[in-house]
Amino acid sequence: MSQRKYAPTHEWVEIKDGLLVVGLSQFAVDQLTDVIYIDLPKVGVTVTSGQPVAEIESVKAVSDIYAPVEGEITEVNTVLATDASIVSRDPFGEGWLFKIKPTSADPTSRLLSEAEYQAQIAGQGH
Amino acid sequence: MSLSRVALAYTSLFATPLDLPFGNWGMALNTPLFELHQSLGGRMVDFAGWQMPVQYKSIVEEHLAVRASVGAFDISHMGRFRLYGPGAQAHLAHFVTCSVATMIPGQVKYGLILNEQGGTCDDVLVYHLGDHWALVVNASNRQKIWTLILASFPETEVRFVDETLETAMVAIQGPNAIALCGDIANTDFSNMGNYSAQNLTYRGCEILVSRTGYTGEDGMEWSVPSYLANSLAKDLETHRVPWCGLGCRDTLRLEAGMPLYGHELNEAIDPLQAGLGFAVRKPLEGFVGAGALASRMMNQSRRIRKGLILGGKRISRQGDKIYQGDREIGVVTSGTFGPTVGASIAMALIDSAFSQCPEPLEIDVRGKRERATVTPLPFYKRTQG
Repeated sequence: MSQRKYAPTHEWVEIKDGLLVVGLSQFAVDQLTDVIYIDLPKVGVTVTSGQPVAEIESVKAVSDIYAPVEGEITEVNTVLATDASIVSRDPFGEGWLFKIKPTSADPTSRLLSEAEYQAQIAGQGH
Repeated sequence: MSLSRVALAYTSLFATPLDLPFGNWGMALNTPLFELHQSLGGRMVDFAGWQMPVQYKSIVEEHLAVRASVGAFDISHMGRFRLYGPGAQAHLAHFVTCSVATMIPGQVKYGLILNEQGGTCDDVLVYHLGDHWALVVNASNRQKIWTLILASFPETEVRFVDETLETAMVAIQGPNAIALCGDIANTDFSNMGNYSAQNLTYRGCEILVSRTGYTGEDGMEWSVPSYLANSLAKDLETHRVPWCGLGCRDTLRLEAGMPLYGHELNEAIDPLQAGLGFAVRKPLEGFVGAGALASRMMNQSRRIRKGLILGGKRISRQGDKIYQGDREIGVVTSGTFGPTVGASIAMALIDSAFSQCPEPLEIDVRGKRERATVTPLPFYKRTQG
């Protein structure tokens, strides 16, 4: 299993077959609860790091999801269109959001390690 | 993901302007059940100066528990006033729109308190308790209503008491609520009328209970002295009643088509355009705002409250604009996903000319238009059990 890294905005990233799989952290889905709908980006669009590319709607709030790295969206998890709650149930597995073909050679170098991310959310939790 | 937007929406879900807490010199107010909420993992948010649980685990699960069986809500943040004395009834009738004069002892009525322009200062429950009266007001309006009523007081005839900080209020709601409350109180409430109230001896102390609520379900609201709040919580725990947060209280009342102050009602919105004519006595005279209300009725082009069902799953929120073609014809006052209805629903103020419109309208939801159909309220009506 490849090493999971995180953006400070609660997206996780894993390298799989040269592509970056992106999803939301357990902390993020625990904060949201009651996910109703996810508006995913279009395949083929080019995104920059930190750009809002998707929207996640829960009963109480809507939140932006940001591209953690620069690149091209190559695939989105279409299953989420019929059941967005998969993101809450299995955020690191079946609930992945989209895949990015990165532009740079070392795209995850500026992202947080698991330990760094856990340290960040320790100051934010309830 | 942007947690800052999540945090913002916590408050916009109950977007009443946050007054300074009333009675505690600027400190956040806690209900007598605050520690219990924390121990149950309640997510506490500031609501009108009070630390209140928005949810414990899932808003949807708590919502469905109330629809299917029963749930309990801490609503101790609501303002609880009592009026004593021979002038109390006339004084209330001067401020509240409902027919106070025809009320009988034990009766509860929903009414509005208006400003001189006919706009709404608050929506309230009035209790006729025989020798005196009670008034339950919104937490965000407690100080305003207190000041307003006190300002014109016929001092010798009425005594006005705010018992909010000395009492707790718990709503027990759902199809099983009446039987369950009966078990806890060792009383049969099944013959108690809807919108009626009675005093009750609970754990040796006289408390006020009413068959009222804000969920669209059958149920009761109990006002108890603060020191009995945790005993009541213990009794509810024994009967396995789950606690429900203000988040699902909002989704429940929205499905039931009930207005929320700060959303469907405010100082600029009158009760008739909000569809609350049933709570306004006719002829329009003898209460504050009556004259202004009569002239506002003449305006045929004003906006009125309607329900909307959206075509997709995206949720429209307060302030979203409503269009027919290029023409702006209304604004969303509340929106959510209705767990029982199974759709994205909203309430809105819509130009009366378009309020019967059979054609789908469009709501601008954060820059993208969603189709929506005007629907009669409520979205959900319980089958009478």
